[in-house]
Amino acid sequence: MKKNLALFLCFIIPFLAVLSVKYVLKKNDASSYNASNQYGLDSNQGKVKTQTKLPDTVDFNFHIKPILSDRCFLCHGPDEGTREAGLRFDIEEGAFKALGEGLNRYAIVPGDVNKSQLVKRITALEDEKRMPPLASNLSLSEYEKQLLIKWIKQGAVWKTHWSFVPPVKKVLPKVSNAEWISNDIDYFILKRLDQEGLKPSEKASKEKLLRKVYFDLTGLPPSISDIDDFLNDTDANAYETVVDKLLASKAYGERMASDWLDVARYADTHGYQDDVLRFMWPWRDWVINAYNKNLSYDKFIEWQIAGDLLPNATMEQVLATGFNRNHKITQEVGIIEEEYRVEYVLDRTNTTSKAILGLTMECAQCHDHKYDPISQKEYFSFFSFFNKVNEKGQVGYDELPEPNLKITKNEIKDVLAFVNLPDSIEEVRPMIMKDGARKRKTFVLKRGAYDAPADEVQASTPKVVLNYADSLPKNRLGLTKWFFDDENALVSRVAVNRMWQQIFGVGIVSTSADFGNQGALPSHPDLLDYLAVTFREEGWDMKQMYKKMVMSSTYQQTSKISPQLLEIDPNNVLLARSSRSKLSAEMVRDNVLAVSGLLVNKVGGPSVKPYQPPGLWAETTSGVGLTNYIPDTGDNLYRRSLYTFWKRTVPPPSMVTFDAPTRDLCEVKRQKTSTPLQALAMLNEPQFINAAKHLAENIVTKTAVDDSKKVELIFRKITTRYPNEDELAELMAYLQTVKNDYKSENSKESTEQAKSIYAYRALTSLILNLDEAIIKG
Amino acid sequence: MEELSKHFLNNNRRQFLKKMGLGIGGLAAASMLDPFSGMAANASTNPTGLNLPHFAPKAKRVIYLFQSGGPSQLELFDHKPLLNKLRGQDLPDSVRQGQRLTGMTSGQDSFPLVGSQFKFNQYGQSRAWVSSLMPYTAKIVDELCFIKSMHTEAINHDPAITFFQTGSQQPGRPSMGSWMSYGLGSLNNNLPTFTVLLSRGTGRPLTQPLYSRLWGNGFLSSLHQGVQFRAGKDPVLFLKNPDGISRNERRQMLDYIAAINEKQEREFGDPEINSRIAQYEMAYRMQTSVPETMNVDDEPEHIIKMYGMDATVPGTYAANCLLARRLVEKDVRFVQLYHMGWDQHANLPGQIEKQAKDIDQATAALILDLKQRGLLDDTLVVWGGEFGRTNYSQGTLTDTNYGRDHHPKCFTMFMAGGGVKSGFTYGETDDFGYNIAKDPVHVHDLQATMMHLMGIDHTKFTHKHQGRRFRLTDVSGHVINDLIT
Repeated sequence: MKKNLALFLCFIIPFLAVLSVKYVLKKNDASSYNASNQYGLDSNQGKVKTQTKLPDTVDFNFHIKPILSDRCFLCHGPDEGTREAGLRFDIEEGAFKALGEGLNRYAIVPGDVNKSQLVKRITALEDEKRMPPLASNLSLSEYEKQLLIKWIKQGAVWKTHWSFVPPVKKVLPKVSNAEWISNDIDYFILKRLDQEGLKPSEKASKEKLLRKVYFDLTGLPPSISDIDDFLNDTDANAYETVVDKLLASKAYGERMASDWLDVARYADTHGYQDDVLRFMWPWRDWVINAYNKNLSYDKFIEWQIAGDLLPNATMEQVLATGFNRNHKITQEVGIIEEEYRVEYVLDRTNTTSKAILGLTMECAQCHDHKYDPISQKEYFSFFSFFNKVNEKGQVGYDELPEPNLKITKNEIKDVLAFVNLPDSIEEVRPMIMKDGARKRKTFVLKRGAYDAPADEVQASTPKVVLNYADSLPKNRLGLTKWFFDDENALVSRVAVNRMWQQIFGVGIVSTSADFGNQGALPSHPDLLDYLAVTFREEGWDMKQMYKKMVMSSTYQQTSKISPQLLEIDPNNVLLARSSRSKLSAEMVRDNVLAVSGLLVNKVGGPSVKPYQPPGLWAETTSGVGLTNYIPDTGDNLYRRSLYTFWKRTVPPPSMVTFDAPTRDLCEVKRQKTSTPLQALAMLNEPQFINAAKHLAENIVTKTAVDDSKKVELIFRKITTRYPNEDELAELMAYLQTVKNDYKSENSKESTEQAKSIYAYRALTSLILNLDEAIIKG
Repeated sequence: MEELSKHFLNNNRRQFLKKMGLGIGGLAAASMLDPFSGMAANASTNPTGLNLPHFAPKAKRVIYLFQSGGPSQLELFDHKPLLNKLRGQDLPDSVRQGQRLTGMTSGQDSFPLVGSQFKFNQYGQSRAWVSSLMPYTAKIVDELCFIKSMHTEAINHDPAITFFQTGSQQPGRPSMGSWMSYGLGSLNNNLPTFTVLLSRGTGRPLTQPLYSRLWGNGFLSSLHQGVQFRAGKDPVLFLKNPDGISRNERRQMLDYIAAINEKQEREFGDPEINSRIAQYEMAYRMQTSVPETMNVDDEPEHIIKMYGMDATVPGTYAANCLLARRLVEKDVRFVQLYHMGWDQHANLPGQIEKQAKDIDQATAALILDLKQRGLLDDTLVVWGGEFGRTNYSQGTLTDTNYGRDHHPKCFTMFMAGGGVKSGFTYGETDDFGYNIAKDPVHVHDLQATMMHLMGIDHTKFTHKHQGRRFRLTDVSGHVINDLIT
């Protein structure tokens, strides 16, 4: 009987186990990339984490507008086509106007809750009366309702959307602890911490700080001698010396270019259907060079948008316009040319507005924007700037798309020294912008469709941002003047915000692609404005701005999280500590190559083909174009990852597995995920295995120190710091275990050294797989 | 309601697995739940608050047999004798009604109508029409739910396939499988939620390509990207340990990694570290679960025979169908197959014969196999391509040869299991097989219906990205209730 019971349990327990896991229906996508605007919402007062108590003063921009935009604008917003009851909340005039037949009712009556229809409707008990309507799948929380009511009670003060008001530099705030301050940034951060009753964290260890600043400014880890130099440098300016050195290194340009390639949706193929080859890498070399020679941001943008239209444009300025030719191009037989030509112009329009203005203008392609005051007419007026290129919708398989720029040894000798043209290539022709179709008219396209033209429009910009002055030429050059007009409220903010995101992991506006009504509010609005104005005043000097950021005390804090901080501010909005940011896809691979000594530091040139698993191209190809991935040999296997050949329809797995975007479209912010596929790559990817082997062999055969010193050295190379006693003991134990278990299949190899190399390979791979190995600071 | 109540089981899972005493690795994994379910990416933040499923689902899993290239409905399922009668005559303008044509036939002087060279017959109790190209499918028509009135907006492959898979013609949106993974999560603790299998047809081996964005996660978390299961010794990228590293050695290394990572976690207090430990455990489990699933050695001979002998040749459509069954058997949520080679612009009769032979037996076998295992009830099988083909010949029409261009205005798909009617045909085309005569089904309608079967209201299932709430069906789509049991 007992035996039967045991048998029964043997069966039933696994069954229950299966049953209990079988119905795991997880609903939560909690990956951290999608920072919602909740931080911004609550960011001016109170605790960051949750908000239950109403603020003393309800602010339109920070409390009310986000609710109106997200829940009301769909039917009561900028889009005239879907506006209900003639009521709109996106402009002041609309929100306060008289309604109804007798013009005697008002949605909002300042100070009078009872007379405000809005209050009646959001609190109505009957489903058919209550706003937002059931069918919209939208609703208001009790807290949000109370906010709206309190705002009306307090007089319903209206304000212009914050990002459309030009930034003003305010005086530096008074703070509790002036000693902590390294530069102006810290005043704003500390001020906010003071308000929250928090203190900044202690300074990071020298090793951690060094690692972080190396990756942030160059994308590469420090070498052992870099670490030792810094540890031994007791000068008060030791850190600044390092920062200056990094900003002056070639690797700086590569690291910054790497992010810009996402923004510019750079790739080495055309991106549709058979996805054939293109040659845009000279443009990529230009980007690296522009960063390295510290071309000011206004010129950096001006040349990329309108370099060809500058008076006496140089070849370099023309090459820079390749930015807006990085869009996809189809070669699919049978497509309708005009449909795709229009698609390319749309892409340029959307990319430019997202990258430079931080606006989701693309939402106004088919109808007026649902959330931001941008009409469809304005969208196509902006589109008009990019609609004069004499280009084809469909290119042939071996056709070089026009217009392009011929670059040979001669041009390189004379003016384009930064283009790394190998001897084996006679000439290369990257695409550029050129308004060859000056007479092409632009029309509003109904529903955004290429074959449904409506009214003709002239080149112009969204009025809500800034009027397009009559004195400006109606072309891309005029557009860049408009971008860098002192009154343009967006351009400088968007730029410094993205730079902040590069250095601190998350922008001051966490939605770096969207500064509109649906975007997040700045966590530190005064700081954002201060930096935006400073950037302009200092001549749009990017190196100086990055330096300011990394020299701040804010940046130099430790990333240790106290339980209290984790509770109050899990997402580190307040910056009471440093974020433990993960390395980017490029950095993950570059780090492995660098620490193992395999990295080949050569700047620029045609994209390279390092190892990738065989067959990935072959199994999806039609047999035309790039049918087989044939890895390069020699140095090209070990170049920095920004040079890895990018086939859009089958992007390099070592990049996309680690959250790199596909480069189909402009992307200003990457996801940050942790997945099992990343773990598999870190453990088994042949490039990583090879690097571990290389490093292990070098250490075993070329260093004459004992095991613990060897282990320490590998650990330092990979993590930038000394292991503590515990860790060292753990690693030594592992090394010994692997050695003990070693069984050679080949007796000839069964030497002490072979055993040692085997064990060190495993140990190196282990350390490369530690969390810390893919963390910056 | 029963389904919904079962979810609460999950709450006790952590405790339960702990009690089972699963060792260091097991414990770490148990404490973080299933990485593919999205929980682990940032356990400390508030969930997005999706409340899914919206109602009790009829289907729990999907197998989508995508026939890439645009199979000709006129040779397979849509019987149009009038076209044989009018063979060689020009397509009347009154029928074409200004439909835009691809650049491949827009320059043609004439549009000679052509009927199927293959005989049609009616089968089963449902009397469904099937051509002689699909003898195995013909035998199971009473299991199938045909839609004769599919239509799409795109007229070329790239935008049309992208439209079917992501709801948008231009790249950038998540694939249907990614949406399902995001919304419904995983049913399996050891395998990816969304898996992808590719095969190349023999009808036109070198035809149009595929693009990995078709199974991409778009703006959703990378956790939801489709994971390609490939033929060969490394079925998932980097799954295999390097030569010389045994499973025990791997386990040992992972235990040390976890131990040192935990020290870091204690010092730095970053919950992300725990998440990373969990990912490594999932990776470790996949190293056995994936090869186990891929290895068909344990399949009895009668099953192999059922799918056809190709089923033992990795990377074929038949092998992938068998694999699809093995995957859903293990509760993988969404299995996406692609079979290439249906783009018969020229030499259609010869090509489509081979192409149909690739898929006919295995498709029918898959459906029967699911049925005999009781899996068909809650597994939705979908068969179809990105558009149909024209009723006129592309290129010269000869006595024995013709071709057909892309046709977006009508084509046939079928579904089976998972809450759809069996032995049922929905929608009709006109006698010319050019326009829809009754009950049109748009791509977004199909997507809405598939989601509905999975317990999702497609209008409510949105993801906010750059200020806008996106959904698979964009701004349209209606559930076709007539298809549902």
